Amino acid sequence: MSLSPSSSDPDRSADAPILDIRALRKSYGTVEVLKGIDLKVARQELVFIIGPSGSGKSTFLRCMNRLEEPSDGSIFVDGIDLLHPKTDINAMRQRIGMVFQSFNLYPHMTALGNVTLALRKVLGKSASEADAIGLAALERVGLAEKARAYPGQLSGGQQQRVAIARAIALEPKVMLFDEPTSALDPELAGSVLAVMRDLARDGMTMVVVSHEMRFARDAAHRVVFMEAGVVVEQGPPEQLFGPDAHPRVRAFLAEIAH
Amino acid sequence: MTGGQLFLETFFNPVVMARYLPDILKGMVVTIQIAACVIVTGIAAGLGLAVLRSLRLKAVNFVIIVCVDMARALPPLVIVLLVYFGLPNIGLTLPSFVVLWLVLSLVLAAFAEEVFWAGILSVRKGQWEAGRCTGLSDFQTLRWIVLPQAIRLTVPPLTNRTIAITKNTALGTVIGVPEILNQATTAQSFSGSATPLMMGALAYLVLFVPVVMVGRYIETRFAWRRA
Repeated sequence: MSLSPSSSDPDRSADAPILDIRALRKSYGTVEVLKGIDLKVARQELVFIIGPSGSGKSTFLRCMNRLEEPSDGSIFVDGIDLLHPKTDINAMRQRIGMVFQSFNLYPHMTALGNVTLALRKVLGKSASEADAIGLAALERVGLAEKARAYPGQLSGGQQQRVAIARAIALEPKVMLFDEPTSALDPELAGSVLAVMRDLARDGMTMVVVSHEMRFARDAAHRVVFMEAGVVVEQGPPEQLFGPDAHPRVRAFLAEIAH
Repeated sequence: MTGGQLFLETFFNPVVMARYLPDILKGMVVTIQIAACVIVTGIAAGLGLAVLRSLRLKAVNFVIIVCVDMARALPPLVIVLLVYFGLPNIGLTLPSFVVLWLVLSLVLAAFAEEVFWAGILSVRKGQWEAGRCTGLSDFQTLRWIVLPQAIRLTVPPLTNRTIAITKNTALGTVIGVPEILNQATTAQSFSGSATPLMMGALAYLVLFVPVVMVGRYIETRFAWRRA
């Protein structure tokens, strides 16, 4: 599948950011929820976005694959202008995996069916080829033995892992996680976080919106704190979770600690 | 003659029954033919309209909504008469069978469109998002993810609606389609007996009781699956 050429940012060398977002704005009517956000994500980086609810972090994440249409600004994914009218958004979305808070598995298909649908319908793989790739993806999230199970027969944690398998089967360049464990009990969340940790170790580029602060502290390369539609502070976890963090960050962390 | 004998003589006269049974059977064949045609085209057209509506083109949707509302609001008999007696005036004469088939298909399509559309709307937004996030186009998402779920939800209401509209094949009698009721009323006027009408009623029962039972089976089966 051909992608439209980059219009103004041909820089696709290995150390160029995989995700380059500039001055991103998003308004709903007269309410501006994103007020000019810049974010660069390097290859293999794990970026955590934290902030109070209503800060715009989920909207920001959903702009990164145009589930929400930004009002202004630019987004380059692997050097390709995501917002350019000629860009094939469907082709781009294969390269940008997304995992949702509510899993959003297709209830009428088996786990394997969920994982292989896009392989067959978008990439045009044969059924046997798609099944092999799908089983390998399910294997990576530890659920190969559940390939024939329907979502209704799986626990929440298993469902979310199938959703992760569905995304990684397409070999995305970057994965977006929108509060992947918020709908899960802590013990089920653990299995999802373990899978995410494996992905990060294997070099997957990830942008994660989540309240899992311990995971952020352990695994993130960079933490971005958003509030009221702007980035207040960003840096390595030691900085944001340390004593010298911005007062708003410390106030937020203190608040969610109890 | 006792009351019971009079009743039997009126509604179950064996001589009349034997005389007109072949006509009623012919009527049943015609009714089945129309019903089958109406169900196929009506449901297919309804599904097509719902899919078209999900593209959310403003002008198209306006036309669909107006037509669907009219087809649902008008008594089918009015549309049948209007088409059958009206169209020849503009030089278009259609056989009565075709008129009945088209009109009932239109009515079923209108109701089916509403049912399918409600089904499409009831599929959670996250399903669309999940599909599109894996690179599926809107149409592919509709085809592979949304419609299979929507149709499952629509089977029970659609079954009821289909039965209700299929029974309207009896309207064919006013424009001379030789279906059950037409055969029965013709036989009634020739014989002067109400027996053919009773035979017509029984013929409808023979045809539609199984359909109603199948409908109930489908309804409980799909309700159970959802739970």
